[in-house]
Amino acid sequence: MRLTVNGNPIEIDAEAEMPLLWALRDLAGIKGPKFGCGIAACGACTVLVAGQPVRSCVLPLGQVEGDVTTIEGIGRPGALHAVQEAWIVEQVAQCGYCQAGQIMSAVALLDEIPNPSDADIDRTMGGNLCRCATYPKIRAAIKRAAASTGA
Amino acid sequence: MSRAGKITRRVFLGAAGAAAAGLAVGYYVYRRPFPNPLEAQAGEGEAVFNPFVKIPTEGPITVIVPRAEMGQGVTTTLAALIAEELDVRLDQVTVEHGPAASAYANIGMLEEGVPFPRFDDSTIAEMMRGGMGVVGRFLAMQATGGSSSTTDGFTRMRQAGALAREALKAQAARRWQVDAASLTTAEGFVTNPATGETVAYGELALDAARVDLTADPILRDPAEWKLLGRPQPRLDMEAKVTGAPIFGVDVDLPDMVFATIRMNPHFGGTIRTLDDAGSLAMPGVEKLVIIETHLGNGFGVIARSTWHAMRAADAVQVEWERPDRAVDDDAIWAGLEAAVAGRGSNFRDDGDVETVFADAPRERMVEAEYRVPFLAHAAMEPMNATARFRDGELDVWAPNQSPTLTRMACAREAGISQENCRVHTTSLGGAFGRRLEVDYAVYATRLAMETNGRPVKVTWTREEDMTHDMYRPAAMGRFRARLGEDGMPQALDMKIASPSIIASLLPRLYPRLPVPGSDTAIVDGSFNQPYSIANYRVSGVVADNPGVPVGFWRAVGNSFNGFFHEAFMDEIATAGGIDPVELRLSLMADHPAAVGVVEKVADMAEWSASLPANRAKGFAFATSFGSWVAEIVEISETEGRIRLEKVWIAADVGRALDPSIIEAQLMSGALFGLSAAMFEEVNFADGRAVQTNFHDYDPLRIHQSPDVEVAILQNAPKMGGVGEIGTPPAAPALANAIFALTGKRIRQLPLAREVDFA
Ligand code: FES
Ligand code: FES
Repeated sequence: MRLTVNGNPIEIDAEAEMPLLWALRDLAGIKGPKFGCGIAACGACTVLVAGQPVRSCVLPLGQVEGDVTTIEGIGRPGALHAVQEAWIVEQVAQCGYCQAGQIMSAVALLDEIPNPSDADIDRTMGGNLCRCATYPKIRAAIKRAAASTGA
Repeated sequence: MSRAGKITRRVFLGAAGAAAAGLAVGYYVYRRPFPNPLEAQAGEGEAVFNPFVKIPTEGPITVIVPRAEMGQGVTTTLAALIAEELDVRLDQVTVEHGPAASAYANIGMLEEGVPFPRFDDSTIAEMMRGGMGVVGRFLAMQATGGSSSTTDGFTRMRQAGALAREALKAQAARRWQVDAASLTTAEGFVTNPATGETVAYGELALDAARVDLTADPILRDPAEWKLLGRPQPRLDMEAKVTGAPIFGVDVDLPDMVFATIRMNPHFGGTIRTLDDAGSLAMPGVEKLVIIETHLGNGFGVIARSTWHAMRAADAVQVEWERPDRAVDDDAIWAGLEAAVAGRGSNFRDDGDVETVFADAPRERMVEAEYRVPFLAHAAMEPMNATARFRDGELDVWAPNQSPTLTRMACAREAGISQENCRVHTTSLGGAFGRRLEVDYAVYATRLAMETNGRPVKVTWTREEDMTHDMYRPAAMGRFRARLGEDGMPQALDMKIASPSIIASLLPRLYPRLPVPGSDTAIVDGSFNQPYSIANYRVSGVVADNPGVPVGFWRAVGNSFNGFFHEAFMDEIATAGGIDPVELRLSLMADHPAAVGVVEKVADMAEWSASLPANRAKGFAFATSFGSWVAEIVEISETEGRIRLEKVWIAADVGRALDPSIIEAQLMSGALFGLSAAMFEEVNFADGRAVQTNFHDYDPLRIHQSPDVEVAILQNAPKMGGVGEIGTPPAAPALANAIFALTGKRIRQLPLAREVDFA
């Protein structure tokens, strides 16, 4: 299987039904996307495919159409994405396990709606669980990121 | 003081007296009798000052924070304790978790198991705390739990930093031929103010580490603190927003294979039949391994990826044996009902409760029965561990809350001595008490015995995680109060029944140790609240456990006693026609810290202001883990659906080492408690848990989450914990708000059984 992940072409030797999440994590060594439930109920595995947020735990490799972007692809230490910057200013993360998925969902939200309302946030972020319940800070960080990108 | 308390005092006096001398000084505790675990592994050019501080000739200083980072910010706060006294900036240090070692034992944690109200500051209670410290040292536990990390580390970590600083100064003094007391330190340099000379710590380190100090260093006055008491940016934040591979599931080792497990979901059952022919033939599958331990029975599948292992495990044809005694909800509640009707042990017995109730007129009585369900931890990171067994040596990488217990259990499973087992603690993707257990590490060890020295990473499915939890036990309470002419309670009598956590936990860790008969956790949060009521009895009954493994869950007994005590207090207030906040203020007048947080939260929430007809507020208070917390929840109702609008929290933690981390913990603790109160419940049928994943165990989500406002007070004379204290008052504050809004008194959780949430 050929994929483009974070701009890099990669070759994955696996069955077409293997979920993208596990191909990324176990075969390609890209560990930002996390396993939380395997049934599209928690959002920890969220990545972008062709710019759209998807739950990679239920997306078979054979159905990946478009470039894949993971948390590693949006920014790194020293060159953070505006959403990651906002996450740091608001000190959002606690255990941090859900946060790659939260951030990818937030990136997708802000791409679609640069200045989201509370209702927009509720509608698009409801699929991302956080057992540490950092929700108030996630909301604040999304609004901060929206403001910082000058929308 | 209760009768049980008096007896326990007597029993423990001897041990406490003998040990008090050795425990008084943190310096002594970590210099002796445990060896310094860092010495064996110090690198070239690296000076080891004590078990917490390593200074290399060049590059960043290493501080050891031997507590699990599971979201509570402990890495940052404990590192700041050392940095404060060492006189370095936080960005000059790197933090390591360090190995499993007795030198890192958590003496603070077991002290809280003492059946004394925390606010009872008598000498004997103090000595009792010392006595429990000995037990902690004896077990040499290195656990993260009981909200104890900062209280336990408060003196020890600062002393570690101060010792290194004084040694560095002594070495510089020798070099410059001056008095060490004349030198100053800042940002990693020693300076001689008289000459303006400076020298970097690294340059002094190798010689300084050999300096023998003659006196304990004097710790700084808090007024001089530069880091402590101020919000610090969390040291783990950047890694967590960039997807860095820091968790147990991210462990990556050369030549590693992947695995998953399937254990019999009928607790205690074995494998009856198993057919692996089809699954072993699947691509990418290497091996199936039978797992038989006292913790559970099942099998593991080893494959080229976690997914290949999970798919093959699904294909294994297995028939599980079912123990004769099937666990189901009916049996559990029958057991609790029988227990609560039986005799309890009194953990508090003030005045003469029986006599006061004997002639109570009906119209002055308040009576109620309360229930809470079993709960799962459902940490976001499913259980997992990686193990490698090679040449008689075992390495275990595990997101765990107790490295020394993990080491003990894994070495036992591998049949090797503990010296040949190393435990590497990763970051934890949530824990909430679940990762004090050792099962996931033991199963990984078992699989590692079958891979010819290759490391194996074992990741559980969510379904395995949820159906093989050590659950927060269900509990049931029967309560009655007698009110006086003025509406105030003259007597309060609470009896609480629940399966014993310690009786379930101990055999998992120490299969041969006898199980204790009573368990303070059953009444923790009810027997030790700071209310003055003339006749006040709280008794606990260990309920028969039909076989459900139960364990520590955020705030432990306080997680349900908070609901029991404070929802019933609200009933008393209603029956007596007294405002719930006023009732608390008059009953807690002897405890200024309690009064302080109640007044503060009432002020923040404008408790007495009137609200539109579709809105209401509820109040609750709880002291736990040495801190004092009051919460108010405001809700609204639209088209029959209840929405949580806002939560106000006022907490007195005695001393706030990092206000922003504490605020985040209080927010998290309260929302975690609200999530459970609103939605969470594990049912049992046919000998196993019914709920399996987040579709049927669906915690709080962002659209249901209220805004939270926190105030931190520092009036209490002692520093308390922070990680769990937000949880106990959350459920009752919400239930009381629902009563205020709808008139419906809900006495059984989760609340979603009775109301719809938006
Ligand atoms: S792991 Fe994909 S949504 Fe939970
Ligand atoms: S930060 Fe822990 S699950 Fe979200």
